[in-house]
Amino acid sequence: MTQKGRGMVNNRYSRQELFPQIGIEGQQKIRKKHVLIIGAGALGTGSAENLVRAGIGKITIVDRDYVEYSNLQRQQLYTESDAIERIPKAVAAEKRLRNVNSEITINGLVLDVTHEELEQLVVGVDLIIDGTDNFDTRLLINDTALKFNIPWIYGACVSSYGLSYTIIPGKSPCLNCLLETVPMGGATCDTAGIISPVVQMVVAYQTTEALKLLVEDYDALRNKLVCFDLWKNEHTAIKVDGVKKSTCPSCGTNPEYPFLTYERQMKSTVLCGRNTVQIRSHQGQERDLEELATTLRRQEGTVERNPYLVSYTLSPHRLVFFKDGRVLIHGTNDITEAKTLYHRLLG
Amino acid sequence: MELILNGKKTELPDSVNTITLLINYCKLKKKVVIVELNGSIIEKNDHEGTSIEDGDQIELVHFVGGG
Ligand SMILES: [Zn+2]
Repeated sequence: MTQKGRGMVNNRYSRQELFPQIGIEGQQKIRKKHVLIIGAGALGTGSAENLVRAGIGKITIVDRDYVEYSNLQRQQLYTESDAIERIPKAVAAEKRLRNVNSEITINGLVLDVTHEELEQLVVGVDLIIDGTDNFDTRLLINDTALKFNIPWIYGACVSSYGLSYTIIPGKSPCLNCLLETVPMGGATCDTAGIISPVVQMVVAYQTTEALKLLVEDYDALRNKLVCFDLWKNEHTAIKVDGVKKSTCPSCGTNPEYPFLTYERQMKSTVLCGRNTVQIRSHQGQERDLEELATTLRRQEGTVERNPYLVSYTLSPHRLVFFKDGRVLIHGTNDITEAKTLYHRLLG
Repeated sequence: MELILNGKKTELPDSVNTITLLINYCKLKKKVVIVELNGSIIEKNDHEGTSIEDGDQIELVHFVGGG
């Protein structure tokens, strides 16, 4: 194709512009917006693809993990080669998304968001989409979004059940109002399983609300907490405005943003349902992967590496080292055991 | 007793006669659940003391963490 067929001359958004609630004017607004997607798992990849195809001016997608075979059933941006090569999700997602739409700005970032990072990431962001798989990160997003007055869209799913809610600072109740406490444990996709149409349904709710916000059609917002079970044929949407509390520490009259103030994020975390411990080093230095691979090759066990990570298998454990200093230790839920292994290898 | 639970006609044992008992019955005890009874949200502190009757329309929305 010649240069003439590219860029502004094409009609790639024509069907969306024909939709009167968006129109040419809406499309121009969308072109100037920046959406931050936290998590590039099932929900994050689904939202990212929809929004990239819709022509959002700038998309940033952040993830801490790498692609595995068990992701391919529902995480729509990834391929078998991403799983074989253990490509970080943010890298694989960015590459695929750029192939889908080369006319917008797309950034994939390999990192585990803490409150400091999130406060930097949200600068200039118009909307945050929840693509995470845990309540800790969601409450962090919630506090950050409220502090910086940015709307965000909660979405979650497990099994054949999913739900979504749009949080507008100053208007709707926030996630902390709705939850009151941080739910512990419970079913995850790794323990209870999940079918992909549920992901698509949550993504459809999230990205439709996103489009409404991005074209500034605020009257069209759903204003309800929606949930459904696709297998049981149930569908519910309820008004939760009354749940908003003036005493809420996140969105009340005197907000303290508890999930930003306290250092709730530990240096080591057990990844729920995954038989994996994550250890984070706070030195703020990039890990030299080449040097690490050389060190590990002198030990027993198998070393594999790609430009983004080093994977070291010493049965029954597998350790995956990222450039940003994090290590995932698969094959244990025991932080002490994981740390022992880590220190035995790296001192 | 028969009521409409999440839009579906549901038969419940008569012993399940409060919101708390209904949440337990639906195996949602460990979850954060938002309850709407006949169009009004029932606050968490009132779950125990709120009884349910034949013909009630109840929506239970529970939060999950997956994604
Ligand atoms: Zn709140």
